[in-house]
Amino acid sequence: MSENSAAQYWKANIRLVIGCLVVWFIVSYGCGILFVDALNNVRLGGYKLGFWFAQQGSIYTFVALIFFYASRMNKLDKKFKVGEE
Amino acid sequence: MDLKTLSFLVVGATFALYIYIAIRSRAVSTKEFYVAGTGVHPVLNGMATGADWMSAASFISMAGLIAFNGYDASVYLMGWTGGYCLLAMLLAPYLRKHGKFTVPAFIGDRYYSNTARLVAVFCLIVASLTYVIGQMKGIGVAFSRFLEVDFATGLVAGMVIVFIYAVLGGMKGVTNTQIAQYCVLIFAYTVPAIFISLQLTGNPIPQLGLGSDMLGSTTSLLDKLDGTLLDLGFKEYTIQKGSTINMVLLTLSLMIGTAGLPHVITRFFTVPRVRDARSSAGWALVFIALLYTTAPAVGAMARLNLVSTIQTGEIGAADGNLQYEERPSWFKKWEATGLLQFEDKNNDGRIQYYGPGLDEQAESFGWEGNEMVKVDRDIMVLANPEIANLPNWVIALVAAGGIAAALSTAAGLLLAISSAISHDVLKSTFMPNLTDKAELKAGRIAMAGAILVSGYLGLNPPGFAAQVVALAFGLAASSLFPALMMGIFSKRMNKAGAVAGMLTGIGSTLLYIFWFKGFLFIQSTAIMADTADNWLFGISTGSFGAVGALLNFIVAFIVSNMTEAPPREIRVMVENLRVPMGAGDAVDH
Repeated sequence: MSENSAAQYWKANIRLVIGCLVVWFIVSYGCGILFVDALNNVRLGGYKLGFWFAQQGSIYTFVALIFFYASRMNKLDKKFKVGEE
Repeated sequence: MDLKTLSFLVVGATFALYIYIAIRSRAVSTKEFYVAGTGVHPVLNGMATGADWMSAASFISMAGLIAFNGYDASVYLMGWTGGYCLLAMLLAPYLRKHGKFTVPAFIGDRYYSNTARLVAVFCLIVASLTYVIGQMKGIGVAFSRFLEVDFATGLVAGMVIVFIYAVLGGMKGVTNTQIAQYCVLIFAYTVPAIFISLQLTGNPIPQLGLGSDMLGSTTSLLDKLDGTLLDLGFKEYTIQKGSTINMVLLTLSLMIGTAGLPHVITRFFTVPRVRDARSSAGWALVFIALLYTTAPAVGAMARLNLVSTIQTGEIGAADGNLQYEERPSWFKKWEATGLLQFEDKNNDGRIQYYGPGLDEQAESFGWEGNEMVKVDRDIMVLANPEIANLPNWVIALVAAGGIAAALSTAAGLLLAISSAISHDVLKSTFMPNLTDKAELKAGRIAMAGAILVSGYLGLNPPGFAAQVVALAFGLAASSLFPALMMGIFSKRMNKAGAVAGMLTGIGSTLLYIFWFKGFLFIQSTAIMADTADNWLFGISTGSFGAVGALLNFIVAFIVSNMTEAPPREIRVMVENLRVPMGAGDAVDH
């Protein structure tokens, strides 16, 4: 693998990680803590929405994020031919 | 059969199961499991990581903190799950690629320095030992209840069991045992939650029950809880009570601590390929989330049941409160441990439980103060099935789950401490001629020492189990996480920077914690009282780990830029870390 494509692979990886961490930040620190009062005016069944994000929603999002990241990384591995097979 | 006998039977049976599996899979292991390069499937590895991860803090303590702090306890829920995102995206795949067995070994290689390795060992020991103190608190609570003795005696019994369990040690490392432990643990946690959710809302899924209406009513469970607590003079359950800055920093501290704790990271060395390290973190979180999304329901429902057990009728009515003589048997059992205490302040033979908001009105009822003078948060999960009148086998099952959670994590951490001392410190650094036998012996002595120290400190712990564990996360967050992350994401980071950073991080965090909690957690040596007025910028001791991590990053950056760049082969090594291609075989665990 050339140095150039290694650098590109790493750049694409960083971009993906930053994207994922923005979502990670928004659901937990954003919806769960900083904007919780505003979101609490909205209801999700018997839950106030902000409270739901803090105690349920953020956790579900974390799970989805990791699998999203893993599958996108597998594609990047293939595209740049740096995978293990 | 009485509850005590049944509890012993169920706890004994689950232990027999773990040992049986350990022995059986050892016989098979040479052929099937540890053939070089095979490794453990990511789903199973995730489940085993879940068992490793969920300790007394998650199982016994967390829902109790949620029950009494409501929304504010969300920090534990988000903090102890969100860290897996950081682990999957920032550390696990790269450390798997590197292929070394322990965290100090990686740090020693990456920073081409034995000093860096020793500093990492020191940080590992400090964080792990603090973590074990939290486990000891949980173990003490569980044993005192089931032996029906006071907390101190229960703790000593627990220490003996932990020692035996940790010395038998090897079985901890067997992935199959951990999978069995996970199954027992999650079954024990969810079964009572399902029962209670059905009782209160008619919905068998606790995650949905928490957001449902009360059975036979159009009020939602959380609204009902908010209303009931408000009527009794407490703050509403779903609103924020603490400061926002502490919520943010504590969550951050727990998240990066998760990604820096050595016993979790090592699990990702056992998967077959780099890509499996990524998905394995996802699977671990799936299995952890099962418990973590159930915990809020357990907490809220336990609080509601507790209040309605005591406040049986109208607030202020002469016969509205539970008569002390007619209190349920779980009250008596927990009173025996000293973790639950009542005091009949107005001598009416009834129990009044209310908050400061009702003080004025209470006088007119002839109440003279809150009479539930002590309720240890760590008893809530264990008492929960009894509060809801569930059958004895459910109560026994919860005991087995709690003990399994606490023991497995305590044993794992003790093994990490003992191998760090005997292998990383003695054999690799100071006494290279140490024989294997002497190394093993040194490890045992270190382990016994760690149990005695943590047991002694667990007697007067600096907080509830989950809070002590949170301190351990702060220590890991401030020291190991930044060094690991910069080792991967910066080619410029050098030996001097990493060492200075780690020392600054752990030093500042330890100092801050000891300042308020006492030197080595001995409370009488605290320099200032641990109250919000004394804290620096209002930052609590648990939250300081995030600040320590920030200081670590800053100091490391400055020092590294003032000193020589790392040698060329280190830059090549980092470049090599960043691509999965060419990863070696999985490491046995």
